[in-house]
Amino acid sequence: MSATALPAVATPGQRWRRRYGLAAFGGGVILAWVLAALAAPWIAPYPPDFVDVAARLRPPSAAHWLGTDTLGRDVLSRVVHGARVSLSVGFVVVLLGALFGTLVGAVAAYAGRWAEEAMMRLTDLVFCFPPIILAMAIAAALGIGTANTCIAMLVVWWPKFARLARSLVLAQRNLEYVEAARSIGFPPSHILLRQILPNALGPLIVLVTLDLGNAILVFAGLSFLGLGTIPPTAEWGAMVGEGRQLVQQWWVATFPGLAILTVVMGFNFVGDGLRDWLDPHARTR
Amino acid sequence: MLRYVAARLLTAAFMVLLATLAVFLIANSVPGDPVLSQLGDLAASNPATVAEYRQKWGLDLPIWDRYWIFLRGLLQGDLGSSIVSRRPVLADIRDYAPATIELASVAFLLSLLVGLPLGILAAVRRDSWIDNLARLVSLVGVSAPTFWLAFIMLAVFYGWLDWAPGPGQLDPVSFPPDRVTGLLLVDSLLAGDWETFQDAAAHLVLPSIVLASATLGLITRTTRAAMLEALSQDYVRVARAKGLRRRAIVLGHAAPNAMLPVVTLGGLAYANLLSGAVLTETVFSWPGLGRYTYQSAVALDFPAIMGITMIVAVVFVAVNILVDLSYALLDPRVVKG
Amino acid sequence: MHGPDDPLLQVRDLRTWFLTDAGPVRAVDGVSFDLRRGETLGIVGESGSGKSVCAKSIMRLLEEPARIVGGSVTFRGRDLATLDEEAIREVRGRDIAMVFQDPMTSLNPVLRIARQLVEAMTAHGRFTAAAARARALALLGRMGVPAPARAVRSYPHQYSGGMRQRVMLAMGVSNEPALLIADEPTTALDVTIQAQILELLRGLNADLGTAVILISHDLGVIANLCSRVLVMYAGEVVEEGSPEALLGDPRHPYTWALLNAAPRLDAATEGRRLTTIEGQPPDPRAWPEGCRFRARCPFAVARCAEHPALLPVGPGRASRCWVTQGGGALLTPARPRPAAPPPPAEAEPLLVLSGVAKHFALPREGVFAPRRILRAVDGVDLVVRRGETVGLVGESGCGKSTLARLVTRLHEPTAGSIRFAGQDITHLPQAAIRPLRRRMQMIFQDPYGSLNPRMAVGEILAGPLLLHGIVADRAAAARRVAELLDIVNLPARAAARFPHEFSGGQRQRISIARALALQPDLVVADEPVSALDVNIQAQIINLMVELQDRFGLTYLFIAHDLAVMRHVCDRIVVLYLGKVMEVAPAEALFRAPLHPYTRTLIAAVPVPDPALERGRRSAPLPGEPPNPISPPQGCRFVTRCPLAQPICREVEPALRADGRGGAVACHLAEPAVAGAGPG
Repeated sequence: MSATALPAVATPGQRWRRRYGLAAFGGGVILAWVLAALAAPWIAPYPPDFVDVAARLRPPSAAHWLGTDTLGRDVLSRVVHGARVSLSVGFVVVLLGALFGTLVGAVAAYAGRWAEEAMMRLTDLVFCFPPIILAMAIAAALGIGTANTCIAMLVVWWPKFARLARSLVLAQRNLEYVEAARSIGFPPSHILLRQILPNALGPLIVLVTLDLGNAILVFAGLSFLGLGTIPPTAEWGAMVGEGRQLVQQWWVATFPGLAILTVVMGFNFVGDGLRDWLDPHARTR
Repeated sequence: MLRYVAARLLTAAFMVLLATLAVFLIANSVPGDPVLSQLGDLAASNPATVAEYRQKWGLDLPIWDRYWIFLRGLLQGDLGSSIVSRRPVLADIRDYAPATIELASVAFLLSLLVGLPLGILAAVRRDSWIDNLARLVSLVGVSAPTFWLAFIMLAVFYGWLDWAPGPGQLDPVSFPPDRVTGLLLVDSLLAGDWETFQDAAAHLVLPSIVLASATLGLITRTTRAAMLEALSQDYVRVARAKGLRRRAIVLGHAAPNAMLPVVTLGGLAYANLLSGAVLTETVFSWPGLGRYTYQSAVALDFPAIMGITMIVAVVFVAVNILVDLSYALLDPRVVKG
Repeated sequence: MHGPDDPLLQVRDLRTWFLTDAGPVRAVDGVSFDLRRGETLGIVGESGSGKSVCAKSIMRLLEEPARIVGGSVTFRGRDLATLDEEAIREVRGRDIAMVFQDPMTSLNPVLRIARQLVEAMTAHGRFTAAAARARALALLGRMGVPAPARAVRSYPHQYSGGMRQRVMLAMGVSNEPALLIADEPTTALDVTIQAQILELLRGLNADLGTAVILISHDLGVIANLCSRVLVMYAGEVVEEGSPEALLGDPRHPYTWALLNAAPRLDAATEGRRLTTIEGQPPDPRAWPEGCRFRARCPFAVARCAEHPALLPVGPGRASRCWVTQGGGALLTPARPRPAAPPPPAEAEPLLVLSGVAKHFALPREGVFAPRRILRAVDGVDLVVRRGETVGLVGESGCGKSTLARLVTRLHEPTAGSIRFAGQDITHLPQAAIRPLRRRMQMIFQDPYGSLNPRMAVGEILAGPLLLHGIVADRAAAARRVAELLDIVNLPARAAARFPHEFSGGQRQRISIARALALQPDLVVADEPVSALDVNIQAQIINLMVELQDRFGLTYLFIAHDLAVMRHVCDRIVVLYLGKVMEVAPAEALFRAPLHPYTRTLIAAVPVPDPALERGRRSAPLPGEPPNPISPPQGCRFVTRCPLAQPICREVEPALRADGRGGAVACHLAEPAVAGAGPG
């Protein structure tokens, strides 16, 4: 058998692109949206709630790149402003939920016994209800409004982080470096916070990233149903809701939906990239 | 095995009890006052009317008494009466459930039938076009907002191409078949009404695709990852060393192991389908539980919300028992003996 | 055509590379050898030497990105390297079978054993399903699986590793292959089980005429079974020959190093220093020019800059070495007799255990199931005197690791008492133990798991110093860290690096430095060398011995490797199912073991001496240790004891003094029996 032709060795640049190209792309999309949200008042061509009934339901044109809605408001301006609501709700819900859930889960796992049992049952309970339905019930009970919807989502959100943190801490707790730390005499708080948690952080960050997209989806869903923001706030889900009967005037509902899609995809790309980066086993190529 | 089942049932009963408490507490921790929203501002300004209303609906009793009444009612199958429809909530649910069951079942089957083979093929032919397709499907499935996808489907296939019928379960001109099961597909077949069957089936196509999308993405993604994991295990190498054919290795050795994480998705898929149903049914004017939930929530119809949430939780617990049992059947390590 | 006298397998210049993005990893790089019908060939080498990849290449069981990039594998006249996928599939399992290292993961957990055996036979159409089922029963019986009829209906998780390896062997020979490749088949098993599996392999070779390629890192295992040996280093064969020639008179410095680095059971009492070679194997992405062993070779000469070929150095043997081409033997280092080890004076006891037990409550199998108790340690008495090294030895599940964690109070005992330095620490709360932790430290088994991956080495070492107030500030800590690194022969710049930048042996040095940071009296070492290759193992043992002399440490040393134990320990405690079977000074224990378990344990260890291995008379100890959840009545060892009497089933023997400084727990061990040596 003669020597087979060897494949060319990939340059570091090619390897990086193959492994993290999509993640970088996703990161770029998210960065663009974050910048758009921050700069919304300056880059949006019109104020988001500027009503111009005379120009209602105009298709996309030079004056209104993405057309206008039933009240003649500029869809592009509203989409850009909508990024502020969606992104901030996503970050607030997921970060607070992750912080609270992680602490509860980690402490429960390290303490064990009844604390762990109680936490598991409580999370079981929350998991009994599909997120949107429970959030709907709570949002309805608290009254409609962005802040209340966030509270409702937080109630639904923290348990998955508690579960993940618990399983991560349990996995780490049996590793020898933890036993080594105990045998040196470090107190439990040091072991949990300084030794174990830094090692459990990777998967938590991956979940946070993937979940940002999820939270944005759920919030948009609630807004779509009229349980999120109060009109006339420019919010993507609510905008799709306002345009959902307008099949002929497709642009009213299509563009805010595309905005949601791109942001959520961006977070998914980044989350998957982070997972590959953190998990050496996934890096087979 | 019996012992395992008994233990699971016991835990489940406990969870259901906890769920009743949770639902009750949520419904009663209300700053938004259902009395006000029900009576309207004019009537609510009359204290006598308000008091009468409160007494009628038992809103004036201490909270634990009300929980007890609620529980007792539950045991007798009484979920209270809807404030909006003035009918027992259970009767409402019974009316609306079949449409959702029909839609969700079709969607679930669709996502299984597409998701499992797609996930398996993607793992076996890693980095091929089918793998890329699977990634795209799962990415769009988990990233696209259901309600927006529903709108786009309607706009394209109904509004623009006119390939599919519009919203609703049947054309307005069709007469629904006699109600036996409440499932239109079944009832129309029972009545021998072929045209209505076709009409109902056609109306199911778009909403079931939309509803399936998220679950399909989830199943594809999980199957692919689980298959990749299983294919890298030592026993797969042993199977190759035995000289088994590729097909036998993939389907006979890797797939049974890869099904374990997929089965645990059951609970998640159920939650997904229900959440999706709320949004999908709203867009497609589908007369199911999802739309009923939405209407109750917007109207602050607490008995209805409590009833639905309760039923959803009970079914969820049941789904999870099924998941655990099928897991135990698939994985001999779970139950000894 | 393939004639009856041609070799069964001819491997020529085989090159298997891992084609990674970062360039090819030349794992197997020009390997050639022949295998005759019915021959037993051993392949030895350290991890990374390419021996496993070589075996997988023969059956083309490689996974991406590994690929055979050159050479041929001629089996019965056909080149397996170029066969199409369907043709090689027909060879696999029918003509060539393979048994892998880890029996715990080699069987599919969700399929019944019957199905997995039967499909191996039906896949090649040699047996109908019914015939295959009958044959499966017969094969399992032949492999010594008890109650085969029940076994085939079971799932793998219901069986131990040893039993699963028997199933794998049954599967391997089910189609009567001409060649069976066994890749470290006993590495994951306990020594008595290893002896059983080796015996089975030998029987299969003798009875069925199956040729065997045995891959192992253990020269003793090779000597036990093989008629010819290949030594691999850095992707090539460096020496080839009969085990007698190779092990008696190595002609490649690497073989020489392997042989001299391992402590052995059969040698006369050795000095406390093992012969080691410096450095690490080279990087397979860029093998060095010239001899690949040159950088580590104590014999290297100028010519070694040129890459040597595998050339004959005598009848039936070859070596890839310029130094031995002239025919000279490599100097065997005298294993120096110890400079009369100071007999442990009756020093004060540092650690006293009496009746210590640890029972773990296992989760119930159901809400209504009875609570199950795992008696990991069940009444152990032990005294460790200042300055001595006490070894805990036993098979997996004997409770030795649990005992280590009881001594260091990572676990709290269920019963008994532990006194450390005169203080009762049995039930001290963790806060009260903390100051004592300065005085007792642990070294762990897993060099990868025992260092926190997120902390720099400097932080890892400074942590204990600062916690216990041994140094005043960070600057002083940094100075002390540099000293500690120097003590374990690591450069001071290692402090700024993270654990993943170090090799296994270097990490174990860091682990030792961490334990020494607190200047402890007692160091509990839980299998500190069992995850390491033999040369690194020797380096770590040498370091530990040296540190003991230098700092007057007391060691509680846990291992399953008896040769290491004998080399390191003053006194040895033999554990079985949570109980002490025998305690004795190391020398006496190995010269004249009293307990039947100790005797079988010692007899089961293969030694790198073919004459001794071939001459083994005794059959290996049958059976497996019982489940510690339900230990047998009477003596714990009764179910496997070759000498068991009725009394052993009824009365649990007490540990009684044996009149030579040790103690034994056996009804039958009399001074009269004490004369019997191992084997």
